Amino acid sequence: MEVAITVNGQAERHDVEPRTLLVHYLREECHRTGTKVGCDTSSCGACTVLLDGESVKSCTMLAVQADGATVTTIEGLAPGDALHPVQQAFQDHHALQCGFCTAGMVMAAVSLLEEIPEPTERDVRLGLEGNLCRCTGYHNIVAAVLAAGAKR
Amino acid sequence: MIPAPFDYVRAGSADEVVGALAEHGDEAKILAGGMSLLPLMKLRLATPSVLVDAARIPALSYLRDDGDHVAIGALTRHRDLETSDLLGAECGVLRAVAAQVGDNQVRHRGTLGGSVAHGDPASDLPAALLALDATFVVQGPGGERTVSAADFFLGFLETALAPDELLTEVRVPKTGSSGFSYQKFNRRAQDWATVGAVAVRNGTTRVALVNMGSTPVRARGVEDALASGASIADAAAQAADGTEPPSDLNASPEFRAHLARVLVGRALTEAQA
Repeated sequence: MEVAITVNGQAERHDVEPRTLLVHYLREECHRTGTKVGCDTSSCGACTVLLDGESVKSCTMLAVQADGATVTTIEGLAPGDALHPVQQAFQDHHALQCGFCTAGMVMAAVSLLEEIPEPTERDVRLGLEGNLCRCTGYHNIVAAVLAAGAKR
Repeated sequence: MIPAPFDYVRAGSADEVVGALAEHGDEAKILAGGMSLLPLMKLRLATPSVLVDAARIPALSYLRDDGDHVAIGALTRHRDLETSDLLGAECGVLRAVAAQVGDNQVRHRGTLGGSVAHGDPASDLPAALLALDATFVVQGPGGERTVSAADFFLGFLETALAPDELLTEVRVPKTGSSGFSYQKFNRRAQDWATVGAVAVRNGTTRVALVNMGSTPVRARGVEDALASGASIADAAAQAADGTEPPSDLNASPEFRAHLARVLVGRALTEAQA
């Protein structure tokens, strides 16, 4: 069936099977491959995108459920050549090692900061509990999100 | 992992959901937030041939003050529960438990009705609703009926909902903004509770347990002991009585029984404070 989603400000319309997951719609139909498939069981959060501004795990959502919605992926976060403040904070604090979880971490952090603009360290750790870093680089990730929050 | 193929039906109203269920029989499943159903479908543990998407029915998403109770539409998301001032003031325990479901991403999608209808004994909210003596409003081809939480959870992933019925509303009594506790034990953040204990003190004390059997269960032994004047420590010692806790890679039944006693003790202490 035809599924229309505004992805990073761009109108997308693709004919997909109802069982198509949102993450595959984004990667294979829209060719936005910044969103990663990690565990594929809604545990790790690598596939996190913003659905109408809120973080969701795109491996545990059907594309048809997002029909008519607005989705932001990591590619759509920065308005131009400058990095989004959360991306910049991740760079400043070296909040990544292998980088596989990073896109999902950044998107989850953006959503968290929308809900809690100036979070405590505990808020950040609880707020990112749905995102796993297999390099266990949480220390710098938490520092980056706190710094991004403090700059808002 | 990709679910097995299915036909997708988007319902615009509760009547349309019930109509689609009547047409497709027990081959159909209702999709709300999908946080429980989609993982099962991806693992092919569930292979419905028709998926009836009920998530686009705004009329089923609300929190309303209804006199002696708060009425909650079945499609109300965990996020809406954990940020509701009405719920915080009138039934704080449900707001607090909702805030501990899964993680942020799950709470942005998952719904109260979906969690209840799924009937997983390891879920947080069903036990809270059992402790609250909540009432469920169910719509079927013959009209509407209500089911008490005590009569709703029948077995593992099995509820009193017939295949052609839709859960439309959850009614929770007003128990106030304090006098409750939810103690959840798990080994990793975002995991299901290995064991959980909900205590609600509102005149009497009611206690329910997560993951201590094939359904959420009331800790009747604890409640009876408290009613006859036992101390918290003595009452909590009864927490595992009559339960049949599961055995899995997270915990043995004996460890779960131990957790139940410890968590109920903590829950009663916090609820009293």
